[in-house]
Amino acid sequence: MKDAQEIVCGIEIHQQLSTRKLFCSCESRLCDEGEGAYFRKLRPTTGESGEIDRAALAQYNKGMGFRYQMAEDVSCLVDLDEEPPSGPDPEALETALVFSEMLHAKIADEIHFMRKVVVDGSNTGGYQRSALISTGGWVEVNGRRISILSVCLEEDAARKIEEKDGEITFRLDRLGIPLIEVATGPDIRSPEEAMETALRIGTLLRATKRVKRGIGTIREDLNISIPGGARVELKGAQELRMLPDYVANEAKRQKMLLTIKDILIQRGTEPADTGTEDVTDIFAGSESKVIKGALSSKGKVLAVRLPGFAGVMNGDGGNLRLGAEMAQRARSHGVKGIFHSDELPAYGIEQRCVDDLIGRLGMNGANDAFAICAAPERKARSALTAAVERANEALTGVPEETRDPLPDGTSKYSRPLPGASRMYPETDVPPIGITDSRLDHIRADLPELPEETEERLIREHGVNRQQARQLVRQDFSELFERICSAYSDMSAAAATTFLNTYSELERSGVDTSRISEEDIMAAFSMLSESKFAKEALPEILKEIAAGTPPEKAPAKLGLESVDDSEAQRIIESVVKEREEFVRSKGKAAAGPLMGPVMESLRGKVDGKKASRLLSEAIEKLIG
Amino acid sequence: MVYSEMLSKKLEGADAKEGDRISLRKGDEEYVGRLMAHHDFSAPDILILKMSSGYNIGIRVLKDSEIKVLERPAVKTVEREEPEPRKGLPNISLVSTGGTIASFVDYRTGAVRPAMSASELVDAVPELRDIANIKTRPLFSIFSENMDIIHWQKLADAVAEEINAGADAVIVPHGTDTMSYTAAALSFMLGDVPKPVVLVGAQRSSDRPSSDAFSNLMACARFCAEGKAAGVFVVMHEGLGDDLFSVHIGSRVRKMHTSRRDAFRSINVPPAATVSKDGKVEYLTELRAPSPGKAEARTAMDDGTILLQYYPGMDPKVFAPIISGSRGVVIAGTGLGHVGEPMCRVLKDACDRGIAVIMTTQCLGGTTNMNVYDTGRDLLSAGVIPVGDMLPEVAYVKLMWALANSESVEDAKRMMTETMANESGNRRCLL
Ligand SMILES: [Zn+2]
Repeated sequence: MKDAQEIVCGIEIHQQLSTRKLFCSCESRLCDEGEGAYFRKLRPTTGESGEIDRAALAQYNKGMGFRYQMAEDVSCLVDLDEEPPSGPDPEALETALVFSEMLHAKIADEIHFMRKVVVDGSNTGGYQRSALISTGGWVEVNGRRISILSVCLEEDAARKIEEKDGEITFRLDRLGIPLIEVATGPDIRSPEEAMETALRIGTLLRATKRVKRGIGTIREDLNISIPGGARVELKGAQELRMLPDYVANEAKRQKMLLTIKDILIQRGTEPADTGTEDVTDIFAGSESKVIKGALSSKGKVLAVRLPGFAGVMNGDGGNLRLGAEMAQRARSHGVKGIFHSDELPAYGIEQRCVDDLIGRLGMNGANDAFAICAAPERKARSALTAAVERANEALTGVPEETRDPLPDGTSKYSRPLPGASRMYPETDVPPIGITDSRLDHIRADLPELPEETEERLIREHGVNRQQARQLVRQDFSELFERICSAYSDMSAAAATTFLNTYSELERSGVDTSRISEEDIMAAFSMLSESKFAKEALPEILKEIAAGTPPEKAPAKLGLESVDDSEAQRIIESVVKEREEFVRSKGKAAAGPLMGPVMESLRGKVDGKKASRLLSEAIEKLIG
Repeated sequence: MVYSEMLSKKLEGADAKEGDRISLRKGDEEYVGRLMAHHDFSAPDILILKMSSGYNIGIRVLKDSEIKVLERPAVKTVEREEPEPRKGLPNISLVSTGGTIASFVDYRTGAVRPAMSASELVDAVPELRDIANIKTRPLFSIFSENMDIIHWQKLADAVAEEINAGADAVIVPHGTDTMSYTAAALSFMLGDVPKPVVLVGAQRSSDRPSSDAFSNLMACARFCAEGKAAGVFVVMHEGLGDDLFSVHIGSRVRKMHTSRRDAFRSINVPPAATVSKDGKVEYLTELRAPSPGKAEARTAMDDGTILLQYYPGMDPKVFAPIISGSRGVVIAGTGLGHVGEPMCRVLKDACDRGIAVIMTTQCLGGTTNMNVYDTGRDLLSAGVIPVGDMLPEVAYVKLMWALANSESVEDAKRMMTETMANESGNRRCLL
């Protein structure tokens, strides 16, 4: 694929650690309930250049206030920014050092925590504490070396609970959970390689055995550009399998924007003026729901001229979509959206209104266009100004920005890329010296690499290479080994369960994440004591996922093992029913009869034993 | 810790200064970044560089490492213009002393200093100028633990000058550690001051987006601009949120928590007023109205005054010489105002020597009452003066002032029992 060759991509991975919180002694877990709601405002402060950070300012201009909920055992005065931090948590720091060594990265001689300014409310202090642990590592992905720019240790942000009436409510349970942030260099060249790299780094992180698992415990940011394009950050992708789509779609979007740039330059389009005009009177009798809604709540309809922008806002059969970009920018100023001339008349806006608008705005040029916004006047003006600014950016190509990934594999505008001047020292946390002897100790006792684990699984538990590889990649190796060491002769059943049964169950709509490690251990414990037959395991797991305690599942399903005499009785009755067939085929009847026998036994006896009992029953009948 | 000699020499040799972009060559590796201030707790051979990513890291410099300056920072001076005063707005003078509310990070070097000038503080909260014409006067730039009697005196003089020059109110940004001492000192020194004099602090430094400096300052300015109360006050957060602020009487307030935003509480009385985030002021007690009169600062203080907290095991051998060397002592006694028998004798002896001995309670809440138990009665008969629900620190500051502004010790003792600046009262309501 030619396009793929043009992609320049780097990944940033944020992985939660399973230690205590980074700067207090709270437990690091999420809570279903929160208490209280302390109101706070966050002001952007001046950065070191003496100017206020532009990303910070964009957030503040939204005029948001925040409320913070506490949660028992998992939030304290430190989390609420009412007490200086302690720490950092020694186990979390150790994990970051170990992981750095696994990436062959160079660890700083002295670690300094910084404050990264974030005023969207997700950090009570208005900044995230973060330290650069190491630089200059690498990771091998399918034979290619991907460079590691940095490994950082930082605190996770508070969890957004709801947003209404200009206030965002956060819960402080997640705030302060340690995160390892690892950033690759811009070395990734294809959408698939993005996923493979993330997978490899994720496996290495898990090898430290101190990371959290499950949804939301690992997040990926993608930095994507194409030649002539610009660095765009897609922040917070959670599903690994979506990464190739995000990369491919962003590359496509940037190509589209470069096409638009060429068109505009060819036309000689000049940057449009951001001045708005009140055109409310034109829409006085409009039947458009959006317009009527805005006007009834004392809003106005404002318009801007966009000379030279016709046909690129929505053109070429939907391939050129600058309008969508403008609308996303406008929405970040609190309006529902904008309308532009490439899409009108539509949405209930009448041709008459469009004609009047064209007249009023004096749009005579061949490519003249316009955009309108119906909302309270101030909001409408700032939204339209933002939309025009976005349109003007199209003249230079792709704007650098942060975007939110969407479930369909595309993304939407979130905010400008944060500037570089957003960090200053966390003076409340003293620097931490890292001695050579400490690093020697760490190097001497590094965790097993994934490929070493694979080898060991093959050697010690008799699985094949393919199985070993999948167990490690899909993060089952630890549990698999627990089962193997606790119960004898279970390795084949365990491998089948994780590599086949789980995906089959998922396909039939069973949520396997509801089966805890302890559930699995209990199920294998019963299996090893022959409390049910191996064939019954999928049914049992399905029942456990539905909420039945493991020890009750076999009885509930009627799948408890039966003793030999009961099994014999059932098998003999099956044979008896088919006496004629058995007599005609003799011993060869055993093969065809296995199916009906297993069906009658309903998994209460394992296949091997059933086969033996069947042979005996046949012999008994034919004498 | 400071740099090692080896590293100091290298930096000098390269003429590298904080803020310079430098290259550090160490073996095969080269580090490029901005040279940051050496941290107090950094090892002596560690150089702190701010990398292009914005992160600081510490790098150990070896004997054969090389330092080279690549670039000096461009010095930017920000032009400041005093805006024209607006008619119809009250005139507020802002006399700054330093402290957390005015402490700032020097981003160039990473060091935190109480370096923010009064005008910078106002520029950081431009909405202040919608409430009042703000005139700034930097007085000190110190953390509040370094505030001393001399600073109280200079401050009281400066406040009086501002009022007499036409200020409708004076705001004093102040470090929180000793803010209640300064508030008490100003309360006595300025007496019937005709305008509001309001101390305001912050528990989170103003370089942080979450700083309470901005909102406290706004609440403070709103209370001042209303112009309904004269006297010395302290304005801080009422709770943990940025939505309600308390105005405390300067002689009735105490820092009750090391770090919370709502650390300041009125003791034994309700706060004088509250200010909500949208600027509504609610008055909870009756306050003296401002008047057009002049302010007078009586700033003499007797530094031969001491404050002691009684504790079980307090050794007379240690404290008798200290007390007898003083001209006045304030004891924070137990319960209703007691000390153990051995210290009782020391205090009696001090009374006999003509030393003013004042009794307060370390309970803080409630009043002294020395008529209830034997020990109390003994102390009373010896001449110990109980001062009711006056806070120990306030009594200490007041005694210093009373001794220096009275004809005799007896006169000072009499002043101690008279309420002069709202510092004590006869009624304690259910709060
Ligand atoms: Zn905590």
